[in-house]
Amino acid sequence: MIERPAADDDPGSWTLAVRNYLRRRLPLQNALPDRQPYFVGSWVYVFGVITIAALVWVIVSGVVLAFFGPQWWHVSGVGRFFNSLHFWSVQLFFVFMVLHLWGQYFAAGWRDGRAATWMIGAIIFLVSIGAAFTGYLAQQNFDAQWIGVNAKDAINSIGVGSFFNVLNFGQMYGLHVMLIPIAVTILVVVHIVAVRMRGVVKPIAANQVQRP
Amino acid sequence: MKHIDQEAYYGSIRTVPYDLLKELAIALIGTLVLVAGLTVFLSSPDQPPETIQSWAQNDPVDLVTTAAGELAGTTVSAQYGAPYNSGSASVQSLGFFSPQAWFGVHEPVNSAQDFVLTPLEKASVGNPDLVAALSAYNSADPKQQQAWLDAYTKALTDAKADSNGKITMAAGDYGPLPAMMDSELALARAGGLDGALVANGHFYQTDYTLPLLFMGDGGYLASLASDAHLLGNQWGMMNETGSYPGQTWLWLYTLWYQLPPFAGNANADLMVVLMMTILSLGLVLVPFIPIVRDLPRWLPVYRLIWRDYYREEAAAAPVREGTA
Repeated sequence: MIERPAADDDPGSWTLAVRNYLRRRLPLQNALPDRQPYFVGSWVYVFGVITIAALVWVIVSGVVLAFFGPQWWHVSGVGRFFNSLHFWSVQLFFVFMVLHLWGQYFAAGWRDGRAATWMIGAIIFLVSIGAAFTGYLAQQNFDAQWIGVNAKDAINSIGVGSFFNVLNFGQMYGLHVMLIPIAVTILVVVHIVAVRMRGVVKPIAANQVQRP
Repeated sequence: MKHIDQEAYYGSIRTVPYDLLKELAIALIGTLVLVAGLTVFLSSPDQPPETIQSWAQNDPVDLVTTAAGELAGTTVSAQYGAPYNSGSASVQSLGFFSPQAWFGVHEPVNSAQDFVLTPLEKASVGNPDLVAALSAYNSADPKQQQAWLDAYTKALTDAKADSNGKITMAAGDYGPLPAMMDSELALARAGGLDGALVANGHFYQTDYTLPLLFMGDGGYLASLASDAHLLGNQWGMMNETGSYPGQTWLWLYTLWYQLPPFAGNANADLMVVLMMTILSLGLVLVPFIPIVRDLPRWLPVYRLIWRDYYREEAAAAPVREGTA
């Protein structure tokens, strides 16, 4: 159905401009597709969705851990269970994110106007390393102590230690449970929207395949 | 951002039914089963933290040696430099490039005062012997203090501690240091030094800079880290306590520390961080870097990824040629 502009539409309306942009660039059939090119049946596309699924469990388990406080999981069996869920979903998140990254590299997923999608994905990988690093520093155990003592020299060497103190538990915990997860989540949403707006890239040299 | 008309883009490539939300739901359930299975069977690592109290109880000579080093100004933290103090021993640079020095002191640390003298002053209330020892030390001229510290530190290399933490060492002219260090050790063994270093005039506290720097100056924490294979030269950044995977995604960052010219270099941290910053930028900018962006076309991995597609295209090719 084509929605025609009403006679009294305000041409300067920001809301209308955004709505029209989204309707044009991300129609619902692209955002929630029920058909895809048949080459999407490749196993390589599974890595992306598993990465997102692992991130969901990272966030769910992290929310539970944050709700009960940083010391809970050291003294409670239930807390330890949720910490273990958090720990293993982080490990799976990274494993499948790296597989997704390599898969997209060998597929040259940035082709045909998709460079921004690749760049956002690479930034998600780098920000996720920061998320994990602050998480390791916020564990309140021997590992966290040693990582802080050991890592401070690298952080200090580039001057960042002046405002990012790895020995300050409060600062690392705040960054880990609030600011960095919000950044990762926003970036992942933008990444997914970028994929859905453009669709998946065609196979290399599609329609120009030579017989072997 | 370039707009792509998907219908025009895919052209004649046939489409098949696809359920995005069902795929996501299956991935969520499958991942949860996997994560829950790993949780139930393997749990997660949690080696309890060390305290200054446990340090004092397990290795009292190391604690006292470290405390004497803080007074003498010979420890890592005492000579560190930015962001802790005006030292320079740990300030890294590459020629004129030294952001560590440029940012200056932001977390002021006076090792002698913060780790020894201030805690002892707090502990000296009602302890006339310690008050007298502190008074004698503070009123002595720096040369005298240094002479006491040199003799005391030398004697500590052969010192022994009994099961009660009592340190015995050769007799010598150590001035008030034995009384001060006995009190420092007693305070640490009772757990008071842990509290003294985090209290710092605040009721609420989440900053562990002082106790961690003090513990880092000693040999006890590092020996435990070495046993757990967590040192930098043991690929420690990507290791974890126990037999669990650590931050394995830091493998490349860790790799440089094992190789020349980084291994053992006083400016290794700055060099490695700069190297990784450049490589990270390169990762983000892959689509624009010649050769790196062309490799996927040259390598046959994409034929594996879209194996079915190429098989179908190849099978259809004669028909297409015939109808062209």
